[in-house]
Amino acid sequence: MIGRRLLAGLGNTVRDYVESLGYATRTFFTMLGLSGGLLRRPRLIVEQLHFIGNYSLLIITLSGLFVGMVLGLQGYYTLNKYGASESLGLLVALGLTRELGPVITALLFAGRAGTSLTAEIGLMKAGEQLSAMEMMAVNPIQRVLAPRFWAGVVAVPLLASIFSAVGIFGGYLVGVKLIGVDAGAFWSQMQSGVDLWKDVFNGFVKSVVFGIAITFIALYQGYEARPTPRSVVISSLMIWWLDFMLTALMFSR
Amino acid sequence: MQRKSLDVWVGLFIVIGVAALMFLALKAGNNSSFSLAKTYEITAKFDNIGSLRPQAAVKASGVVVGRVAEIAFDDKSYKAAVTLEMDSTYKFPKDSSAKILTSGLLGEQYIGIEAGGDEKNLAAGDKIARTQSAAVLEDLINQFIYSKAAEGKDSN
Repeated sequence: MIGRRLLAGLGNTVRDYVESLGYATRTFFTMLGLSGGLLRRPRLIVEQLHFIGNYSLLIITLSGLFVGMVLGLQGYYTLNKYGASESLGLLVALGLTRELGPVITALLFAGRAGTSLTAEIGLMKAGEQLSAMEMMAVNPIQRVLAPRFWAGVVAVPLLASIFSAVGIFGGYLVGVKLIGVDAGAFWSQMQSGVDLWKDVFNGFVKSVVFGIAITFIALYQGYEARPTPRSVVISSLMIWWLDFMLTALMFSR
Repeated sequence: MQRKSLDVWVGLFIVIGVAALMFLALKAGNNSSFSLAKTYEITAKFDNIGSLRPQAAVKASGVVVGRVAEIAFDDKSYKAAVTLEMDSTYKFPKDSSAKILTSGLLGEQYIGIEAGGDEKNLAAGDKIARTQSAAVLEDLINQFIYSKAAEGKDSN
């Protein structure tokens, strides 16, 4: 009897899970399909870009600077043991462009902008503003979700690039100005070791994928009026999983 | 007025973001795998390429003059066939030789080209006849041990 109830519980959970996954996928494609109308009203995207891009700029820049500086200190400590402290620039640049830039930006973005999106749309849902829109024949997916989604997709790669660039500058400050690694070797080793396509471009692709994933998760959680912390947890786990998959695909050769 | 200032801030954000991306692309990275310089391909066969990889540098007197394009195994001659993409601004005599060298003690391997004395230059599709394989660390250690052992016998 207990066995049967457990089995039914398991079945119910799986069915719920598949159902919500299917619903999320359908919402996603509906949103993409309705995005064409945004071309006529780009202002909607610009407003959202200001809301989620500019407001995240400060935390991204500061975090990037400190991550770069810490990477400089820690990297120097290890590299110096092997007499390879000139490779510090390479270590900082590769670490930031390949992994830390996209991943930490995505996590911070999920915390800073993702939560506010979830809360904002959740409130609209709870206040029945979304239903009111539908009553006026305005599709809330087109009017509310789509502009926010595209703003997020544009903002995350830009923020990740800023993070990496500022981080390299932080590594330069600590490595060259503070510790005294040779500036010429710092930059030349970085340039000979970092490849435009393999490292910089792949890092950029990662940040685009993260942007799509986090923004949509945040929007969907809000649209379903789910709690904000849940949105952050799902986004963060998704980032790690996607990061592992992308790294395995891009850099395993 | 409100709209204008919002536009300015968003524009600023985009400009900073694109500038950061350009910095990463131009200052931090190199576009060696994306060069538009004209190249010509030549091949060389080696007994052993060690850990040479595609995209490794081809150097003459320490200056980069090309890249390794492709590495394959030739089952006719049982040798490694390496295709080199040479920068077409540099010409080398037909009897030039190629060596696989290592930068530093444990560094990356690259191909060193030493110019010969022939009047004709290498052209696209030509083969470098004289090659020297990579020095494999294990072989060097073996040689060292054998020579030590031989010395030991002599002194007895």
